[in-house]
Amino acid sequence: MAFLLSEEHGLLRETAAQFFQDHMPVSHLRALRDAGEGEAFDGNLWKKMAELGFAGMMIPEDYGGTGFGALGMGLVFEEAGRRLSPSPLFATSCVSAEAVNHAGSEAQKKAHLPKIAAGERIFAPAFDEGARHAPYAVSCEARRGRGGFTLRGRKRFAPDGGAADWLIVSARTSGEKDDKRGITLFLFPSDARGVERVSLSMADSRGMADIQLEDVALGEDSVLGELDRGGEILSRVLDVSRIALASEMLGAARELFERILAHMKERRQFDQPIGSFQALKHRAAEMFCQIELGHSVVWDGLSALEEGRDDVAQMASLAKARMSEALRHITNEAVQLHGGMGMTDELDMGLFMKRARVQAQLYGDGRFHRARYARLGGF
Amino acid sequence: MAFREEVRAWLEENCPPSMRTPMPEEEQVWGGRRAEWRNPDSKIWMERAAAKGFTAPLWPQNYGGAGLTKEEAKILAQEMARIRARPPLLSFGIWMLGPVLLEFGNEAQKKEHLPKIAKGEIRWCQGYSEPGAGSDLAGLQTKAEDKGDHYLVNGQKIWTSYADKADWIFCLVRTDKSKKHDGISFLLIDMDDKGVETKPIRLISGASPFCETFFANVRVPKENLVHDLHKGWTVAKRLLQYERNAISDFRGDIITSGGGAMEDVAKDYCGEEKGAVADGAMRDAVSAHKMESHAFGLTLRRVQEEAKAGGPTAATSILKYFGAEHNKRRFELLLEMMGMEALGWEGQSFSDSQLATARNWLRSKGNSIEGGTSEIQLNVIAKRVLGLPD
Ligand SMILES: Cc1cc2nc3c(=O)[nH]c(=O)nc-3n(C[C@H](O)[C@H](O)[C@H](O)COP(=O)(O)OP(=O)(O)OC[C@H]3O[C@@H](n4cnc5c(N)ncnc54)[C@H](O)[C@@H]3O)c2cc1C
Repeated sequence: MAFLLSEEHGLLRETAAQFFQDHMPVSHLRALRDAGEGEAFDGNLWKKMAELGFAGMMIPEDYGGTGFGALGMGLVFEEAGRRLSPSPLFATSCVSAEAVNHAGSEAQKKAHLPKIAAGERIFAPAFDEGARHAPYAVSCEARRGRGGFTLRGRKRFAPDGGAADWLIVSARTSGEKDDKRGITLFLFPSDARGVERVSLSMADSRGMADIQLEDVALGEDSVLGELDRGGEILSRVLDVSRIALASEMLGAARELFERILAHMKERRQFDQPIGSFQALKHRAAEMFCQIELGHSVVWDGLSALEEGRDDVAQMASLAKARMSEALRHITNEAVQLHGGMGMTDELDMGLFMKRARVQAQLYGDGRFHRARYARLGGF
Repeated sequence: MAFREEVRAWLEENCPPSMRTPMPEEEQVWGGRRAEWRNPDSKIWMERAAAKGFTAPLWPQNYGGAGLTKEEAKILAQEMARIRARPPLLSFGIWMLGPVLLEFGNEAQKKEHLPKIAKGEIRWCQGYSEPGAGSDLAGLQTKAEDKGDHYLVNGQKIWTSYADKADWIFCLVRTDKSKKHDGISFLLIDMDDKGVETKPIRLISGASPFCETFFANVRVPKENLVHDLHKGWTVAKRLLQYERNAISDFRGDIITSGGGAMEDVAKDYCGEEKGAVADGAMRDAVSAHKMESHAFGLTLRRVQEEAKAGGPTAATSILKYFGAEHNKRRFELLLEMMGMEALGWEGQSFSDSQLATARNWLRSKGNSIEGGTSEIQLNVIAKRVLGLPD
């Protein structure tokens, strides 16, 4: 277990903290949002992140990556989470890089991983088809024809779907809707004929898109991993991604909690700091407990990945469920404890709250993961 | 590695088979002059462990301990857990008094008391709370007057766990009325002394594990004062830390050993469908609870690792509070799952484990009161860890 940081990891964390603080503080997200249209992140900053190695965290050095390992990845996400920093870090460098690295052929890895690591290619994973996460409820179909496949269907809520150069799409090649077996992953350019993307304006101001696939013709070489075995690849890729999201949420929780404490010490009513009121003290201490438990589950989840343990799935569900609930609670408290100011757009509390709900829904909320944790635990 | 093998071999040879089975409450070993031995093996096991110093693994050998390093003690604990060995001796002396005597006691006190604790010869109880001094412990009134060669103690303690079974009591007494915290001293009192009396109190669970303890003109030799006169509060606070650690460690054990059964209870009582708990809402609740156990268990481990490395241990402050509340939630959930069958009080119509659930559910309510209430724990976190103003 890696509850203690090595010097190297300590440095990485500092670098990440410094970078996000200097270049992508919360005001950066706010500015992007206020500018309206366009991509939901800043391409130049993404290049800078790539230079620091963040874009290739999950990519082995052989393919141009930095191979920080899971714990390194978690630390970067935690720091990004503190600043609500919008970037392709999640969709491209975590979800998609892991999918290609985990399941891709040698040719696919060579073609894509170095580009990802260099910050030169943006990917969008398009797995879900409904409003609530259900990775195996795939009805988008891929029919086999001569020399390849034809994809038809609709994917929903694909992160960075609008900005992506390439897509990774789950489609059904056999079996029934909800079968884990019979799903195949496809990797193809987002400008392929028949692909229509509708960018969604979401509460958290981050990029997402629905993707309509109208008889998209793909070659055999666009299959990622084994035919019909996309379900297994998905569980691995999703688990890595869930733990990354949980790290990001932990960062957001820590940041918010620090802001809440600072406010409680500064804001005065009835001639005393509001932090002297016991009802509020106890609520703060409760939040502290949630964060400490969150810290333990997230870091142990990262260790499970790093050590290749066999309880990665349990840990992913544990971390994602607990952080989703904890952050819901803390974002609600953050608004409440700031009073009227908390309701204003001027303060950042709302931005954290909106992001938290998207983070919770993405790849399974508390309820989803409690059910999964139960299934994995044999009950 | 060598140490692990040595311990393993020793355990294999010395831990009787019946001591490797789950321990019913009535077979718990607390030692003392009036110890009862329901199972003769438990006496053998305690004596063998004590002879090795394994009842107090971290204490120096000349005080009855085994003089192990923390690393070795951990190995011992792991090896005992591996064969499911029962704890050879449960003891307030080992968990609470011993560690503070090692820190604050004089040589004579250590020589006199520690070996008897480690051997299970003397059983101790804790005389802190009084009718008028609970959370605000420093408001205590039991007084000790200087009578030249002895202190004369008068007053009353309450909620003294196992006072009726204990041989000695460590007590907080008032030696200076003009100051609050700085007028308290830490005294060791032999309960066989004239003037000490105990009266059991019946609890909501039906059991009477604690007592009122009365002191009427009890003469306590001066050598029984631990640390300096009027400096008892320092000792008292340190002892409370040990107490809370023991409580949360204990909880950790319960969680890792007993926690696995929740889903089985759920299946038994709420039905099973294709390997899953049939009632979806109940399944969600059980899963949430198990997640909480899992997260808490990992936090215990993290705290240990961080403490070992001398790193930050802010998380320590949440263990007593969270462990207590978690355990209470556990029993409420058991009750929900088992329905009326968790509410039987006695008789053949209920199984032993059903009857035990009812009693333990009620007992668990004390978790957030004993050793400092949950509210006080939250106050402490808010003040000491979060730095919130008074
Ligand atoms: C099972 C069990 C075993 C025990 N064993 C022992 C023992 O062996 N020896 C011993 O000396 N004592 C023992 N105790 C006593 C225990 O330490 C006290 O009960 C405890 O400290 C609380 O004191 P009290 O009962 O006087 O409650 P009070 O202090 O009167 O508290 C009543 C309520 O008020 C709340 N409250 C009090 N002050 C504050 C505050 N500042 N802020 C917010 N809320 C507050 C409390 O949290 C509680 O909810 C035991 C108790 C139990 C339940």
